[in-house]
Amino acid sequence: MKVLVPVKRVIDYNVKVRVKADGTGVDLANVKMSMNPFDEIAVEEAIRLKEAGKADEVVVVSIGVKQAQETLRTALAMGADRAILIIAADDVNTDIEPLAVAKLLAKVVEEEQPGLVVAGKQAIDNDMNATGQMLSALLGWSQATFASEVDIDGDKAVVTREVDGGLQTIKVNLPAIVTADLRLNEPRYATLPNIMKAKKKPLDEKTAADYGVDVTPRLEVVKTSEPAVRQAGIKVESVDELVTKLKEAGAI
Amino acid sequence: MAVLLLAEINDGVLSVDATAKAVSASTSLGDVTVLAVGATAADAAAEAAKIDGVAKVLVAEDALYSHRLAEPVATLMAALAADYSHIVAPATTDAKNILPRVAALLDVMVLSDVTAVVDADTFERPIYAGNAIQTVKSSDAKKVITFRTSTFDAAGEGGSAAVETIAAGDNPGLSEWVEDKVAESDRPELTSAKIVVSGGRGVGSEEDFAIIEKLADKLGAAVGASRAAVDSGFAPNDWQVGQTGKVVAPELYIAAGISGAIQHLAGMKDSKIIVAINKDEEAPIFQVADFGLVADLFEAVPALTEKL
Ligand SMILES: Cc1cc2nc3c(=O)[nH]c(=O)nc-3n(C[C@H](O)[C@H](O)[C@H](O)COP(=O)(O)OP(=O)(O)OC[C@H]3O[C@@H](n4cnc5c(N)ncnc54)[C@H](O)[C@@H]3O)c2cc1C
Ligand SMILES: Nc1ncnc2c1ncn2[C@@H]1O[C@H](COP(=O)(O)O)[C@@H](O)[C@H]1O
Repeated sequence: MKVLVPVKRVIDYNVKVRVKADGTGVDLANVKMSMNPFDEIAVEEAIRLKEAGKADEVVVVSIGVKQAQETLRTALAMGADRAILIIAADDVNTDIEPLAVAKLLAKVVEEEQPGLVVAGKQAIDNDMNATGQMLSALLGWSQATFASEVDIDGDKAVVTREVDGGLQTIKVNLPAIVTADLRLNEPRYATLPNIMKAKKKPLDEKTAADYGVDVTPRLEVVKTSEPAVRQAGIKVESVDELVTKLKEAGAI
Repeated sequence: MAVLLLAEINDGVLSVDATAKAVSASTSLGDVTVLAVGATAADAAAEAAKIDGVAKVLVAEDALYSHRLAEPVATLMAALAADYSHIVAPATTDAKNILPRVAALLDVMVLSDVTAVVDADTFERPIYAGNAIQTVKSSDAKKVITFRTSTFDAAGEGGSAAVETIAAGDNPGLSEWVEDKVAESDRPELTSAKIVVSGGRGVGSEEDFAIIEKLADKLGAAVGASRAAVDSGFAPNDWQVGQTGKVVAPELYIAAGISGAIQHLAGMKDSKIIVAINKDEEAPIFQVADFGLVADLFEAVPALTEKL
């Protein structure tokens, strides 16, 4: 079975995001970019399936600007076998919407015929939490989102999901789309020798036009603004003072 | 314009708070029809009919909808979509599983976690863990939206909408439910609690999380946790507050042994009053806390419980 993992290049999760003064977006110039953390987890899961003999090839795909090559190289260094880069924008400020990403991924799926797609649950830049579900709809496949455990069992996958009430386990037909939640695994670091080896692994470059997919956004960004800032509070010296303050504020 | 709103229902029981908040978010968009889906949903539908602002309730009861697997519910919603301009739900894990699927079936984008309605096409939503607010205008014929419940007040009760039974949709037959692991609790639900007491990595162990729970019980509060506390096994996953956990905005949020990473702040910084108890006076949580106490939580939390 082949496993396909879509990986997104996003601002590193440690970077403090700054909204541009003119309200056109956030400042992405000269900031550290990394693989979306949920996608690292997805790549790790795919590699583990291969190591367990349940998958035979791991293919990673990224859609966006040319620089997403670096993200794909990271995935290759972790242990993915092959990469596909779909260039769909030339400005780093252009975000390709989940619907367009899902349409492109559906085309890749048609070509590659994977038995499983493991995506991240959410991209930490747009916080959409949508692409996996959308891809699954477009393909008419089953979906198992927010996964904290995945077990391949013949032509089914048994997936435990993190839901509001706790945990839910479902069994889905393969091929399926799984989206990775934080506790699915702890992704490995790429070692230096593997980073070197990854440079020689195949990375195919395509464009959105090659797949005939229109990536025009459906949502026009009218403006991007700073969230309301909280007034700095005070430090209290003791538990007694805290209780007094909370009573004064009517909080208890 | 008309709205189809997916009611939040678990095992036949309506989550009134989440549903009523989505109703109040939707009323400016048109007449609100609530869709109650489940293996049993009639009681939930009757409850939903009482929410102010609900014009009509559709109820689809079928074994197919037990545990509300995404594929059959999305198929049903897409089939009903023709009559509505907006298809919405509260942003619960259930709806976040289902609505993007509905959107793709309709070839439209989804608007996730909307925090404000500007007009029928224009909405605000947080991005980058709430570090920026984006205003987006949709050019799609239909808008598919999940509403972040913590930013909307719940619609009141007093309505008496008509309830209509509809036929179940097709069964895509793609997945089946195996089991739920749900912790029973007498505590208030995290996303609707007036007070939340959360513990982080600083609490140190599952056993010691009891001091957080004792304070919560004294206050009649819900219990929350940071990702680090959940990852370390101190607390169950459904207690996680943050960018990828639950978003809460209670009257009072008490964070003990939590450093205040942006991903945690994303889930609680709209709380009315924030209290931070941390032994590190440099901890970033103090930048958002109304009342900060630099102290060892193992002394401060039990003392606070004692004095309340
Ligand atoms: C993609 C992604 C998503 C994430 N989503 C979330 C999310 O939804 N929610 C979330 O919370 N995090 C999330 N995180 C993790 C986040 O970045 C932080 O790692 C996490 O919030 C840290 O938890 P913490 O504050 O409990 O632990 P730490 O940062 O380790 O802080 C522990 C604190 O406890 C204090 N302390 C220790 N002992 C004591 C004591 N005896 N008394 C008082 N204070 C003490 C320390 O001074 C310290 O400040 C996410 C991260 C990523 C990458
Ligand atoms: N531009 C992209 N390129 C590759 N994968 C993507 C892209 N956008 C989203 N994804 C995948 O879809 C997941 C969810 O993203 P989102 O729906 O945008 O929150 C991510 O974790 C990735 O696995």
